[in-house]
Amino acid sequence: MAYSEKVIDHYENPRNVGSFTKDEEGVATGMVGAPACGDVMKLQIKVNKDGIIEDAKFKTYGCGSAIASSSLVTEWVKGKSVDEAATIRNTQIAEELALPPVKIHCSILAEDAIKAAVADYRKKYAPSQDGAEKKAAD
Amino acid sequence: MTSARMKPIYLDYSATTPVDPRVAQKMIPWLTEQFGNPASRSHPFGWEAEKAVEEAREEVAKLVHCDPKEIVWTSGATESDNLAIKGAAHFYKTKGKHLITMKIEHKAVLDTMRELEREGFEVTYLDPRPDGLIDLEAFKAAIRPDTIVVSVMLVNNEIGVIEPIAEIGEICRAKGIIFHVDAAQATGKVEIDLEKLKVDLMSFSAHKTYGPKGIGALYVRRKPRVRLEAQMHGGGHERGLRSGTLPTHQIVGMGEAFRLARLEMATENERIRMLRDRLLAGLKDMEEVYVNGDLEHRVPHNLNLSFNFVEGESLIMGMKELAVSSGSACTSASLEPSYVLRALGRNDELAHSSIRFTLGRFTTEQDIDFAVKLIRERIGKLREMSPLWEMYKDGIDLNTVQWAAH
Repeated sequence: MAYSEKVIDHYENPRNVGSFTKDEEGVATGMVGAPACGDVMKLQIKVNKDGIIEDAKFKTYGCGSAIASSSLVTEWVKGKSVDEAATIRNTQIAEELALPPVKIHCSILAEDAIKAAVADYRKKYAPSQDGAEKKAAD
Repeated sequence: MTSARMKPIYLDYSATTPVDPRVAQKMIPWLTEQFGNPASRSHPFGWEAEKAVEEAREEVAKLVHCDPKEIVWTSGATESDNLAIKGAAHFYKTKGKHLITMKIEHKAVLDTMRELEREGFEVTYLDPRPDGLIDLEAFKAAIRPDTIVVSVMLVNNEIGVIEPIAEIGEICRAKGIIFHVDAAQATGKVEIDLEKLKVDLMSFSAHKTYGPKGIGALYVRRKPRVRLEAQMHGGGHERGLRSGTLPTHQIVGMGEAFRLARLEMATENERIRMLRDRLLAGLKDMEEVYVNGDLEHRVPHNLNLSFNFVEGESLIMGMKELAVSSGSACTSASLEPSYVLRALGRNDELAHSSIRFTLGRFTTEQDIDFAVKLIRERIGKLREMSPLWEMYKDGIDLNTVQWAAH
């Protein structure tokens, strides 16, 4: 299968591979996918007191497109507020990486990983933050 | 190690082999000067082509110890499988409507069986044992009074195991059941003696044995005689079993390839076994690496490994300096894990993490050493990136995790 240059770049030089320790302040984790489906993504965000994502890390079990999709979103979420991060759509990921149709599910998984991390963050830290509550409700 | 221009090292000989240069040399005149139609009886162009075709037929017959008259040319093993299974099922349908095969057969057999099911036949698909070999007791138990055809491959394309066709043949013959064997992956790798084996139909391919693509053969036993209904109709070539102008150059290529296989297989297999063992020795001390399929009853050319917690497609992408395959070439376009490994009872992770290395005539020791170094390095890198590896290292049992399946 031919991969786009961007997929190959992310695959060969993945950004932000790794894990935060779970009890680190402001860290939230999203884990999506299943080994049975051939891909599992773990995305962690580290959010500062102003609700801005300071850092992000990922680990992915999956094909090159899954690895590239998760690597890309760690770059994208950094510097964004939690709310902004939650607006990232799989179509943007697929477009940026020029994913072929059979690999669209990788970008969907990456979007799900962000959403799962954001949900985990809200569950852990954000009940006090009004904006986040409203967003989650609609 | 990362030169993008460099051609990868070819370790996918079970997908196809290069045509041996000696074979290619022998084929060329039959395209240009000696272009006659072997069926032309009225001039020397036809006569010399027919002679070449018959000499090649003899070479194929010699490799597998049968009468040249028992060899029918086809376009390849897929066509041979179709002709054998459909041809026998159609001819013997008044005797019964039940067929038996294995779940790890090539798609050319499985899909042909599916087609027969659509026509009203009944098919039993046997599970292999976890080592990939047929369970002979389960096989005997599956035989019914109306079983007419059994099809079991000699060498499995994905895991390289050698099925006990001698035993299966005895059982079939005693019960008067037609026994077909797909031997596409076997020629030049294991001894085939059709004088001794109680096999009725056997499929061959040239391009797995250093011959050209697009040519194969079907062995059709004469004593006791096996009857087939033709699947291709036309000029009545090949005694009516397979109409179509014979491709002389392809046939000459297959004959030469099989002649070389007969002369060289003993020494070649020893060399390849050494290389395969060297590859395995270089990798087996890694954590969570599993050999798929039995290692004893196996051709020396094949090593199928699962690297747990690393997904196969990313692994292949990570080893672009090596031309290998994940599952079989026919299914690697799909996102499904290997059906062969699933049939062995491998779990999803291991089935998704498999790589097939197949070695051949032009593989060198340097190739293997390069591959070992590269694989160890890339597996390490991918595992560092794998959340499953991290969980495994943290002592988490992955079977207890609730996955958010999508």
